[in-house]
Order: sequence, then C-alpha cells, then structure tokens
Amino acid sequence: MAFDLNLLLVGTYHDWLIQGLRLSLGIAGITLVLALPLAMVVALFRLSPVAALRWLGVMFVESIRNVPLLAHMLFWYFGAPELLPDSLKRWLYAGNIEVLSATVALTLYTAAYMAEDIRSGIRGISSGQFEAGRSLGFSFLGTMRLIILPQALRVTIPPLVSQTLNLWKNTSIATIIGVGELMYQAAKVESSAFRSAEAFAFATICYLSVSLILTGLGLFYRHRFPVRSA
Amino acid sequence: MIQFENVNKWYGEYHALVDITETIGKGEVVVVCGPSGSGKSTLIRTINRLEPIQSGTIVVDGKDAHSASLNINQFRAGIGFVFQQFNLFPHLTALENCTLAPKNIRGLNASAARELAIKLLDRVGLSEKADAYPAALSGGQQQRVAIARALAMQPPVLLFDEPTSALDPEMVGEVLMVMRDLASDGMTMVCVTHEMGFAREVADRVLFMDSGRILERATPDDFFNRPQHARAQQFLSDIRTPFR
Repeated sequence: MAFDLNLLLVGTYHDWLIQGLRLSLGIAGITLVLALPLAMVVALFRLSPVAALRWLGVMFVESIRNVPLLAHMLFWYFGAPELLPDSLKRWLYAGNIEVLSATVALTLYTAAYMAEDIRSGIRGISSGQFEAGRSLGFSFLGTMRLIILPQALRVTIPPLVSQTLNLWKNTSIATIIGVGELMYQAAKVESSAFRSAEAFAFATICYLSVSLILTGLGLFYRHRFPVRSA
Repeated sequence: MIQFENVNKWYGEYHALVDITETIGKGEVVVVCGPSGSGKSTLIRTINRLEPIQSGTIVVDGKDAHSASLNINQFRAGIGFVFQQFNLFPHLTALENCTLAPKNIRGLNASAARELAIKLLDRVGLSEKADAYPAALSGGQQQRVAIARALAMQPPVLLFDEPTSALDPEMVGEVLMVMRDLASDGMTMVCVTHEMGFAREVADRVLFMDSGRILERATPDDFFNRPQHARAQQFLSDIRTPFR
C-alpha cells in the first residue's frame, strides 16, 4: 500500500482529521486563556505576605503537579461528575462533557506548571525592586503589576512558551476519554481505512508545525521585548 | 519631624536597635555614621517601615509609622527613600522612572507628570538622559535619577541609605552635589553615609551608632574635633588612618 497523499487532502478522512485538528487547537487555546490568569493568581498566592494564601498556593501546585495528567483526565471525566447533584449532572451529560472535563484537567495541570514558572520569574527580580516600589507608596499588588511583573514576564516567556508546547501536545491525552481531537480522529481514520501511515503522518505534521509556530512566536517576543537589567 | 521613642528591634536573638530615642527636626540634615553592623541602615529603614520594630514608637510628621491602622502606602508616599543599589526600574526609561509614581499614586496626568519629571531630571543635571534606560547610565547617573524619582513624590523628608557606597570613587562627587543642593533648599534629610566630608560640610548633626545604640549625637564640628565616646574616637581614627 503506497502512501496516499490524496486521502489527506480531500474527502471524508480529510474532513475527520481537520475536525480533530480544530478541536485540538480549540481546547489548547481555551486552556491557555484560562490557565495563564489562574497561574498568575497561584504564583501571587505563593509569594503573598499572608501565610494562608501561600499555603493554598503550595497545595494547588503540589497536589496537581505530582499526579499524572492521565489521572486528572479520568478524574474529571469519571470521578468529579459523580460528586455533583443530579440535576447538574444531567445538564452536564446533555452537553459535551468530554471536552469540558478535558479542558478542566488541562487547565489545572497547565496552570500548576505555569504558576511555578511565573513564580521563579518573580523571584528572579531583586528584592530591591520590590522595596523601591513599596517605598514610593505602591501597594503589594500595585508593585507587582507595574514594576515586578513587567520585568518578570519578560524572563518568563521562554518557559511559558515551552509549557504551551507541552499543553499543545498534552491535548492528545484527551483521546482517552473520547474527546474527538486530533489523535482520536487519526485513530478513527486508521481503524476505518487501515491507513495508519497517512493518519499518523497527518497528526505528526500538525503537532510539529503548531509547535514550531509557538517557538517562533517566543523568539519574536524576546526580540521585541528584550530583558533589560540595570 | 521624626521622633524615635524607646525603639527596639531584634533579628531573632540579635538585638539590632537598642532603646533608640531621638528627634529629628524639620529642615534638619542628619548624618548617621558608624561601623558596619552598627544598625544604621536598620535604623533608617524603620522610618518608612521597610523594617518592622518590636517595641517603641516612630512618629513621622505626626503619624505613627508602625501603627496597624496606618495607611502604609499613603504614609510611604510622603517619604523619599534612596537606596545604596539605586534600584531604578530597569524596564523603564529615566523619565518613566520619575513619572510612574506621580501618575499612578498622586494621580497626575501624563503631561503634568512628564513636566515635573523633566524639571527634576534637570535639577539633578540629567535632562538630556530622560529617554535613556538605566542600563545605559553610569552608577552616578543612576543614583541621581533615583533621587529625582524620590523627589517626584514631593516628599517633605528624604532618607538616604548609603547613597554613594556602591559608586566608583569618581562618581561620588556628582551625587553629593545633588544632596548638598537639596540640603540648602531646606529639605529634611537623614543620611546613612561614610562620606565624612559630606557630614562635616552639610550635616546639621551627626549621630554615631555602634551595636544598635546611638552613642554620640553632636554637631559635625564637635563630632570630628572633640568626639566624646571612646568608640567614636576609635572609629574616627580608623577611618583617618586606615593603614597602620
């Protein structure tokens, strides 16, 4: 069986694969939009002057980071809905609960890692910067927003890009709970048409090209907003 | 202007400030000196509560600096602080360093903040560097921008924590000139420094500290020519003849 490029460019199998790609991109996009602010909040909790908030931050990061993503997926799909009241459960099952569970799992998982990257970026800024901000009369959050984060985010962009790459690749784990994303659709093509090489080549090229685009964006950012030190 | 009343501070077991009682008047220029580890930086950092104290009170302009009910941000906005390491914001230009707090805290609009910042940069002799980032400035220039940044909040008091100790020797003069200029304008200043020339010429009073205590308080003339305390005599002889 020769490699049938045409199968990837037109027809039903092409449509299935494109659907999968779109859903993967959608899940990754929404997860990124939700995970970044959540990560920021968790990072600020971990650096907060209030001990209880620091504790909450540590608990969040450690309890999520130390459990495999697969377990998160299965928990949010099979486990968590069981804990909800019946009416809410029925409403969830009427909708696309697979995508919802996958997005929740990916958001929490990605946010835990990103929070640590943001935190280490903030900790890399000298305490003198913080004191200078507070001495001028800025509050803790004001100092963070105007002085610390603009500096910290510049050094944090490279690790955040690599977390986004991980997120993009991790969307494939959602296949296990039946989300019709790229990997799921590739497997569907494989089992319907026995076209394994074509199906998985398509998936590979999609993962690779989106990842390379992300890396390119990271490089552009670093060029546009160079890290300045005094 | 600033009153210390029986102030004590510990770092764990270490007694960093011991029963400090002192009054600094409005318009007064006070130099705090003493050997390293004597508590002088700690003392100046308690004035705007960068360091907490364990007992006693510090009253600045009628406000209890360490009271829990104090609006600390508003309080600090009224006290300029100049650091040994300058601590300019490296992601902002010299001008933006000076406009950040006036815009965001005093609520000045962009053009008023800019006008004020340019006036202050001019005062410290750096108006032509307004658009330079800190990394492109020498240490002396950075410290002068840091002074302009503190002045932009128009505080009635300026605190200097060893403002020239991180500078190359040839840049010390330009910073001291700016400070002298401020002093002659009637600014209330508390300055931790090893610059004895500055203390002698500009200070109204010298406080000598050792082991967390103020051991001697005197006019510069008395302090340099007739030091009373044995520890102060020792200190002065050490800095005058470093090679023995």
